[in-house]
Amino acid sequence: MNPTRHAIGLGLRRGWTEFVLSLRSPQDQGFYLFMGVGTLAYLWFNRDTEVEGTDLLLPSFALPSVLGALLAFGVVIGPAYSLAMEREDGTLLRHKALPHGMQGYVTGQVVYHSLSLLPLLLVLLVPSFLLFDDVMSNGAAGWATVAWVCVLGLLATLPLGMIIGSVVPSVQKVGTWGMLPVIVLTTISGIFFPIQAMWGWVQVVAQVFPTYWIGLGMRSAFLPEAAASLEVGDSWRTGMTVLVLGAWAVFGLLVTPRVLRRMARRQSGSQVQEAKEAALQWVK
Amino acid sequence: MSSAFPTHTGEPVVRVSGLQMTYGTHDVLTGVDFEVRPGEVVCLLGPNGAGKTTTIEILEGFRMRSGGDVRVLGEDPAQAGDAWRARVGVVLQSWRDHARWTPRRLLEQLGGYFAPYSTPEHPRPYDLDRLLDTVGLTENADRKIGTLSGGQRRRLDVAMGIIGRPELLFLDEPTAGFDPQARRDFHDLVHRLSDLEGTSILLTTHDLAEAERLADRMLILADGRIVAEGSAEALTRQVAGSAEVRWTRGGERFVHATEDPTPFVRRLFEQHGEEIDDLEVRRASLEDTYIAMVAKFESGTRHDPALAEVSR
Repeated sequence: MNPTRHAIGLGLRRGWTEFVLSLRSPQDQGFYLFMGVGTLAYLWFNRDTEVEGTDLLLPSFALPSVLGALLAFGVVIGPAYSLAMEREDGTLLRHKALPHGMQGYVTGQVVYHSLSLLPLLLVLLVPSFLLFDDVMSNGAAGWATVAWVCVLGLLATLPLGMIIGSVVPSVQKVGTWGMLPVIVLTTISGIFFPIQAMWGWVQVVAQVFPTYWIGLGMRSAFLPEAAASLEVGDSWRTGMTVLVLGAWAVFGLLVTPRVLRRMARRQSGSQVQEAKEAALQWVK
Repeated sequence: MSSAFPTHTGEPVVRVSGLQMTYGTHDVLTGVDFEVRPGEVVCLLGPNGAGKTTTIEILEGFRMRSGGDVRVLGEDPAQAGDAWRARVGVVLQSWRDHARWTPRRLLEQLGGYFAPYSTPEHPRPYDLDRLLDTVGLTENADRKIGTLSGGQRRRLDVAMGIIGRPELLFLDEPTAGFDPQARRDFHDLVHRLSDLEGTSILLTTHDLAEAERLADRMLILADGRIVAEGSAEALTRQVAGSAEVRWTRGGERFVHATEDPTPFVRRLFEQHGEEIDDLEVRRASLEDTYIAMVAKFESGTRHDPALAEVSR
């Protein structure tokens, strides 16, 4: 029995168990419901708004962008919170005390946060198809594009979440170090208004990070070919999307294991104890 | 199951010599030396801040030492790999992890990591139902962990620490927050692990009665090193005036501290015979001994700040 492969198998089971437990938890059900209702309400109230310069309605245009943004947002903030939290509550230390435990733990995290995308996509897509017309313009080819954008987007952003979760000093700091930059980035990434509406340098910054490209990839999957005229360079820039997201994925694969190892090395019982005392202070 | 190590002989499972730990300019450990032999239960005592947790964490491989030599199960914990990890058990005190899981599901998941290290002579992990029974969690095995009481949670912590059937177990203040019944159950569990499984155990505690009940040998850590070691009786003998004799004579009360109460009482009766009443001989408790020893060695460190004040 190869212990590494065995540990990864246990990690897959761990991720699946976490996912099932999350689906059963009223707290997480509430989160999915909130995201679904919030987004759909925004789209519904703008259902007759036309996108300037096209005959597209806003829901058709905005839905793919929102899907992309939620993917990037969820997959960065989810693991960042999980890791920061589980460093403090002792989950990570427990795995450190097991042979090959960290490999299992990280596998579990990757599986859990990847699977968590599915309910989010479902609560947005299923009602959208019932409520709005012309959501998917490209048929099976479009769905294939959705699939590869999701996978590549995951690879590009999930490691970033793990890095943030590993380096933040405490759970309370995830807001400042993780949430804030991601929200700013989402705002400038052409999700709620076209990226060309902003100053040139902001456009450049936005195009360095994955969020813009995931949104663009999603639009290329859902929208008709003509809508490409709304994008930078009048094109979906598919090659560039693959290149940028691929580069982030490679960066993640190279850097994340090192950051995780460094973080795990510093884990100890007294660190968990300190976090516990700090947390109890907050409660009081 | 027969004990793997019926006697406390053989190569030590823990050997620490000249262990030093410095945080910045603060020396926590200045030269700790001790051994734990196979099958032994050793208790590390010491005042708060003496470095008990630091010592244990260095032995667990969770903390890098500043100096000295440490061998745990024949390896340096700072460099030991996963095969070594599989032989060592650590009981951790966490407080809210895995709240949605059940004890059974979590123990099954964590125990799985030990399966590749199972041998016919030493099967791993522990059989789940037997483990739940051993720690007294059978009835609560399928409840959500978030709903367990503090005591039940600590039993689960212990179960997670021993699930891999470790040869050496580390317990850092294992019974903090236990009620008396849970404490007694835990003591029985430690005895069973030590007697039946032959597990070597190193624990820290603040509870001296607990140390006396569990440990074959005690180490007192003060002033950055081990200042005394031995069984409870041996330690008590090291402190002068280890017994107190009280009596009354002619309605008056007397108290006398002595190292050797028996000849003293004999002379007392020879002198006063029938006049002696309400005789009471009280041996110094481990607590008296401990407080006397810690006071003696801590007073040494208290001189240092005094010198600093002079130079100011």
